[in-house]
Amino acid sequence: MWIFGFIALLVKIGLVLGGLLFVAAYLVWVERKLLARLQVRLGPNRAGKFGLLQPIADSIKLLTKEDIVPEAADRVLFLIAPAIVAVTALLMFAVVPFGTELLIAGQVIPLVVSDLNVGLLYVFALSSLGVYGVALGGWASNSKFALLGGIRGAAQMISYELALGLSLVPVVMLARSFSLVEIVNAQADYPFVLVQPVSFIIFFIAAMAESKRIPFDLPEAENELGAGYHMEYSGMRFGLFFLGEYVHMQILGALLAVFFLGGWRGPLLPPVVWLTIKMILAALVMVWIRGTLPRLRYDQLMVIGWKVLIPAALINIVITGAFIVY
Amino acid sequence: MPMQPLPMAEANALSPWQPGVFSLSIYFAAVLVLTIVLLALATWLGERRPSVEKLRAYESGIIPTGTARLRLPVPFFMVAIFFLIFDVEGAYIFSWAVACYDLGWKGWSQISFFIAVLILGLIYIWRKGGLEWGPTFKKR
Repeated sequence: MWIFGFIALLVKIGLVLGGLLFVAAYLVWVERKLLARLQVRLGPNRAGKFGLLQPIADSIKLLTKEDIVPEAADRVLFLIAPAIVAVTALLMFAVVPFGTELLIAGQVIPLVVSDLNVGLLYVFALSSLGVYGVALGGWASNSKFALLGGIRGAAQMISYELALGLSLVPVVMLARSFSLVEIVNAQADYPFVLVQPVSFIIFFIAAMAESKRIPFDLPEAENELGAGYHMEYSGMRFGLFFLGEYVHMQILGALLAVFFLGGWRGPLLPPVVWLTIKMILAALVMVWIRGTLPRLRYDQLMVIGWKVLIPAALINIVITGAFIVY
Repeated sequence: MPMQPLPMAEANALSPWQPGVFSLSIYFAAVLVLTIVLLALATWLGERRPSVEKLRAYESGIIPTGTARLRLPVPFFMVAIFFLIFDVEGAYIFSWAVACYDLGWKGWSQISFFIAVLILGLIYIWRKGGLEWGPTFKKR
């Protein structure tokens, strides 16, 4: 019996990882296509119909490119930094529930990899560890641009992590639990975005900053730093940074859905489809914002993080607390 | 209010049917294997023709001078220190948040005092110029 359970678990994990990688690959395609349309271009259209084979061509190219390690780089740190980014991003999905449970041959299969009772803290822990990948990758390259990108990335990510964390305190108060499964269950009647619009906005802004996307892409600002912290990376190691970024985008979409939009809940369609729809919608909004807004200046970035989002989140906690106790 | 059941404590620790620590560790192993396979494939398939030009750090075509292990500007250290303070205090707020129904007004007034002190601290570093960067810093 144990071995069947183990096989079922392996299949489930394989599907989760496969799904994450597949969606990450096609998110790149969707982003390039949509961004091209926003800028009145065509986007990728050579590989396959509508350029649909582009992600496959990209991954083959990344795999067969030379993996260059600069001469003066700190070799060990340089080699593991991209893996840290990709692994932490992929691991975060372990606590995201994508349904209730499945009944196969009399056995109940829960549709979540791991329902930790500290799920929310686990997500924060991993998103903090992701900073190491950026900071170490930038430092180990021994390139001035990469170093600047790495420092900027670290400072930006820790600043916005505070706002990210504090914006979720009201959600924990409403759900009375850190477990992501319990948080989705607590939204059976109404999604939390209706009662916590301020938290929702703070979380969304902080999440965009965490994934280092365009209004907040100072760590990799092309026209100042070349490519920032992943400047010296090539081949699959660059690919892992890229993978990490797009998986991170999905995770943030999934977390947005879980914390504020009712997770996998929705009428008619199966739960997994609903979660995917919400995830993709969040990602599309991020792409749209990327196509519309210019990059912030560094002092503006820090002002928004420290002087707007953090005080707003703290005051929101006090007010929500008063309402809940009342 | 009764406590939430702990999914890990009740279940058999090694049961593959339970969404507990066992399935998390298998997931962790799977993620590691995936990353290692990707990197190994890249090493196996990738070309390897190093040259002096290729191994030099890329600084937009200019030949790099000196080391890139520069000293960091002070504001970044300050941000790191502020982060430490606020993050630890965030942990206190989280531990109150799960129990906020049970603690009632007493817990609320205590955490409000705590948050008020925290905001005062934020105002202090704000007024001291700890949050100023670049152009706005020069204006003062």
